[in-house]
Amino acid sequence: MTMIVQSEVKKRTSSGVHQKLLAFASLIIMLVFFSLASSNFLQTSNIIGILQATSVNGVLAVGVTLVIITGGIDLSVGTLMTFTAVIAGVVLTYLGMPLLFGIVAAIGAGAFCGFISGTLVARMKVPPFIATLGMMLILKGTSLVISGTKPIYFNNTPGFSQISTGSLIGQVFPFLPIPNGVLILFVVATVVAFILNRTALGRYTFALGSNEEAARLSGVDTDFWKICVYSLSGGICGVAGLIIASRLNSAQPALGLGYELDAIAAVVIGGTSLAGGRGSILGTIIGAFIMSVLLNGLRIMSVAQEWQTIVTGLIIILAVYADMVRRQRT
Amino acid sequence: MITRRSILAALSAVAILSAGGVAHAQDKVYIPLISKGFQHQFWQAVKAGADKAATEFKVEVTFEGPDNETQVDKQIDMLSAALAKSPQAIGFAALDTQAATPLLKQAQDAKIPVIAFDSGVDSDIPLTTATTDNVAAAALAADKMAELIGGKGKVALVVHDQTSRTGIDRRDGFVNRMKEKHPDIEIVDIQYGGGDQLQSTEIAKAILAANSDLKGFFGANEGSAIGVVNAVRETGAKGVTVIGYDSGAAQKQAIKDGVMAGAITQNPVGIGYETVKAAVMAIKGEELPKTIDTGFFWYDKTNMDSPEISAVLYD
Repeated sequence: MTMIVQSEVKKRTSSGVHQKLLAFASLIIMLVFFSLASSNFLQTSNIIGILQATSVNGVLAVGVTLVIITGGIDLSVGTLMTFTAVIAGVVLTYLGMPLLFGIVAAIGAGAFCGFISGTLVARMKVPPFIATLGMMLILKGTSLVISGTKPIYFNNTPGFSQISTGSLIGQVFPFLPIPNGVLILFVVATVVAFILNRTALGRYTFALGSNEEAARLSGVDTDFWKICVYSLSGGICGVAGLIIASRLNSAQPALGLGYELDAIAAVVIGGTSLAGGRGSILGTIIGAFIMSVLLNGLRIMSVAQEWQTIVTGLIIILAVYADMVRRQRT
Repeated sequence: MITRRSILAALSAVAILSAGGVAHAQDKVYIPLISKGFQHQFWQAVKAGADKAATEFKVEVTFEGPDNETQVDKQIDMLSAALAKSPQAIGFAALDTQAATPLLKQAQDAKIPVIAFDSGVDSDIPLTTATTDNVAAAALAADKMAELIGGKGKVALVVHDQTSRTGIDRRDGFVNRMKEKHPDIEIVDIQYGGGDQLQSTEIAKAILAANSDLKGFFGANEGSAIGVVNAVRETGAKGVTVIGYDSGAAQKQAIKDGVMAGAITQNPVGIGYETVKAAVMAIKGEELPKTIDTGFFWYDKTNMDSPEISAVLYD
């Protein structure tokens, strides 16, 4: 049975390669198009702007990819991100503890909330859509309560803004001032891709999405692994919370609603199936970049904002349609 | 086969993009305005004022803002893209000044003058701020409320949000004036509806249900005010004096119908116009005052058709 699961995984990952190529080609074409359309597009400060704009959504999308591969959905990622940012604010600014505690608290709080969502879904059999919708609202309210409905600033923790806006790469290569937030995105993506493709947790993530019943019958503790996936995803939201709080030098308690849809859109553009059992981190990263390159390019071209929204919607539908057509033929 | 389809998809993407695309005229003076919102009628009126000034001074203006006033990071992305276009000046209404400070410094270093508008930018980088004094405007609403309900009774507020500058200023301006000047008026409830009409309606209905003897109701922005009006209409509550904020077709109609006693209006068209005008003056190196007060007015059935008021109301 394990062998069947494994071969199924292999089949599914190889079929994802073409989708990634398709998405990647679209991304390249977009870059070429915008470079030709405006000379302001391909300058270092703008490219860095795009990278920075992708870092938060990219990390959230990586987290939600895991949940979507299990056949679930997580609507709470946006407000969970905000909640972890507020927790970091409480620990660092209100309690005045050292930076490391803030980082651990944010990621820990994220993982804990993910654990609760996972338990609701796996053990109490609440549908993921409902469980995480509830969590989304609970976390939004809790963030407002804890913060006293005011932004919490990190002025007393000087190193905090470096988490996202500093540049370790820039220190080594002065001509590449890539912000740390982007570095964190790639580190998170690499680690999660490794977990997904090389570890038991990754194998069971795919198994849960493709045939949960088969996995259970073959002796896999599906509930346990599902809770693990939600917890990991929650911890990743904690990382996103740190990046956004560091970038804004503040925890904005009212922010976050709607960010889950951006993350889910990036995942879907990247070829991960909402039905579960199929998907990749590389695809999700490409999907997140397609969204931010598109938006930035349209802004650089001074396209009116109402049209930016329409074009973004069309691209999402087009990307998913192209994927469906391809899969029906193969 | 894969290649053919990728090309197809890519081509259609390019086609869509070029259809929506507008060539950017590089030779004209370019001034982007990054606002706090976009689709709300108030912001569209600011945009109209900016467009008017753009035609008058022969400059190119773009107007962008996030979907709602919580999306601080999205606004930063917009500001970042606007700066990448090397504009001659920039208009900015900060959702959170601190979050925007690195980019504003970048603008300062590049010698791009920054003109703040609406709630402004809480730093010394902007040359001037074109704005409404929201505290004074809400205090005027409180005075009018006291006058209309005879100086005593229960009053409630529906406010758009508790974190933004305008939300805080209007709430505090109203509440503090009541405490100072009208001690017999009791504020029984303050709720927040995100400026969303439906949400504000539900909130206002709940407040009306809980306080059958409510005398006055203040809605602190367009969406909140319409929510209050809807609630009074739906519940058929009698004897409640409603005061709104800003304008819009629905609010104007409510005043004509007598459901709403009157409202405070800012001068959004003036805000947009003065912002662009100040930017043009800054580019020319002219002196600017520290703030440009764009003003506010009380309007009701008696004066809303007067030329002075109807010029600042929008549909």
